[in-house]
Amino acid sequence: MPSQTGPSQGGPSRTRPTLSRAEVAHLARLARITLTDAELDRLVPQLDVILAAVARVGEVAAADIPPTSHALPLTNVLRPDVVRPSLPAAAALGGAPAVEDGRFRVPRILDDAEAADG
Amino acid sequence: MTDSYEDVLTRFEPVIGLETHVELATASKLFCGCATAFGAEPNTQVCPTCLGLPGSLPVTNRAAIEYTMRIGLALHCTVASWCRFARKNYFYPDMPKDFQISQYDEPLCIEGYLDVEVGSDEGARTVRVPIERVHLEEDTGKSLHVGGATGRIAGATHSLVDYNRAGIPLVEIVTKPVEGAGAEVAKAYVTELRDLLRGLGVSDVRMEQGSLRCDVNVSLRRPGEPYGTRTETKNLNSLRSVERSVRFEVERQAALLEAGVRIVQETRHFEESSGSTASGRSKEEAQDYRYFPEPDLVPLAPAPDWVAEIRSSLPEPPSAARRRLAAEHGFSGLDMAQMGGAGVLDLVAATVAAGAPAAEARSWWLSYLAQQANERGTDPAELPITPAQLAEVIGLVGAGTLTNKLARSVVDGVLAGEGEPAEVIAGRGLAVVSDDGALGAAVDAAIAGAPDVAEKVRAGKVAAAGALVGAVMKATRGQADAARVRELVMAKLSPAE
Repeated sequence: MPSQTGPSQGGPSRTRPTLSRAEVAHLARLARITLTDAELDRLVPQLDVILAAVARVGEVAAADIPPTSHALPLTNVLRPDVVRPSLPAAAALGGAPAVEDGRFRVPRILDDAEAADG
Repeated sequence: MTDSYEDVLTRFEPVIGLETHVELATASKLFCGCATAFGAEPNTQVCPTCLGLPGSLPVTNRAAIEYTMRIGLALHCTVASWCRFARKNYFYPDMPKDFQISQYDEPLCIEGYLDVEVGSDEGARTVRVPIERVHLEEDTGKSLHVGGATGRIAGATHSLVDYNRAGIPLVEIVTKPVEGAGAEVAKAYVTELRDLLRGLGVSDVRMEQGSLRCDVNVSLRRPGEPYGTRTETKNLNSLRSVERSVRFEVERQAALLEAGVRIVQETRHFEESSGSTASGRSKEEAQDYRYFPEPDLVPLAPAPDWVAEIRSSLPEPPSAARRRLAAEHGFSGLDMAQMGGAGVLDLVAATVAAGAPAAEARSWWLSYLAQQANERGTDPAELPITPAQLAEVIGLVGAGTLTNKLARSVVDGVLAGEGEPAEVIAGRGLAVVSDDGALGAAVDAAIAGAPDVAEKVRAGKVAAAGALVGAVMKATRGQADAARVRELVMAKLSPAE
């Protein structure tokens, strides 16, 4: 499964991760972005450079520096369980391209191939 | 040719795994202040945060974290000293943000168990169901699929989405594989879990409203072999469905295996009407959610004293409550077996815990409510009345506010969705007239209307008072408490002191 060998799992942090053309195409598909062959030719090396730049951060991180996912040195930012006013339905639906029966109307979810399986 | 469930069990060992989703009964959503009440008009409990509008940011609800820890601790889990929410990325209109905030490799609670009792001809045996994790996530919106057959997504021309449910805190409880466990264990586990959650006060656990729903994994193996390929039946929303779907999957898989056909790992849906499961949408591409730590939320690090405080506030577990119930209220072995068989033991226990006398609680659940459940083709626990509501009604009978007959009418009203007992009483005009002022006036009128009778009572002919009591009952259209009326009549007509 290509997805399990994504950029974040490229082995030890000192190893420079690389991104294959197939992985970029896969990520584009997941993000619903259509990429032409020409765009892949251009973007694969560019993303590789970006990853290499990010990987340099790993080089300065010594064993005594724990990995972090947040810039703020905070934990447990919580609010009390108190109800606050919601938007009026008209406002909530106001920005929707289509509305029906007070609900957001969205296009068909399954395409024909998927629907045939259902 | 399909062998019966019992036949299959002589040749195969089923292995089950359950994922249970529980909507928490917090007042507000997990990451915003929108209300969580069930049944509101569509898209009236939404705000920029749960609609995923640009610039909005989530802030975690403290009660949801506490409830999740309560559940984890009650399931003998360890609470993580540090964990994070994760962003689960996917495109599907039930989440307007295009991602769901969930927990991935750092669940809040890990490694616990739940002991469940399974009845059999040889008596009850206890099965320990190992719990892998308990994590917290936000629920998704609700989609209506339009234009296809019977609301199915396949063949629909478009869908309509209501985001009231999006962002309601949802706890997922995942078991490890339970070996040698079939339909009875699956049902017993969900039943025990539901009773435990109800006792914890963290969810209203209404399966028919979707606040408790189950996915059940089933596989078969021959004794001594490694696990077989499993299927996952999604979104089971009643105890019966849990049991029936497992029975069906065991029989279906056994028939395939006997015929030398491989089991396909897939998602299946349970069809309530036929009692069978059907293959769901098969996905060519494996799901790839690209989880990463949620950047908009800082980590959770429950301090040991916070965890200890929650642990010390846990109520008695239902299994212990059952033992105590029998001992304290003198329920006989037969009583316990009757209540257990009718699936009302924990309801009786919860009703007693909510303040009702044991005999009344037992009688209500075993007779009137069991009958109502039977008429509706559902389990008593799935009736839309809570033990607390019933205890309230029983309390009102005890206080003389309701007669038994009126109490049944109040219960009918609650079952019919007319609201809390007090609302039903007000709505249906059911309260026994016990207000002494109003009753006093009726008593005075009755005495004035029958001076000869009143005179007899004054003279000591107590039996004559019955005519006056009857007149008052008539005047109050039967909604007065006769005993109280008699007291008032006697007080008014007592020989002058």
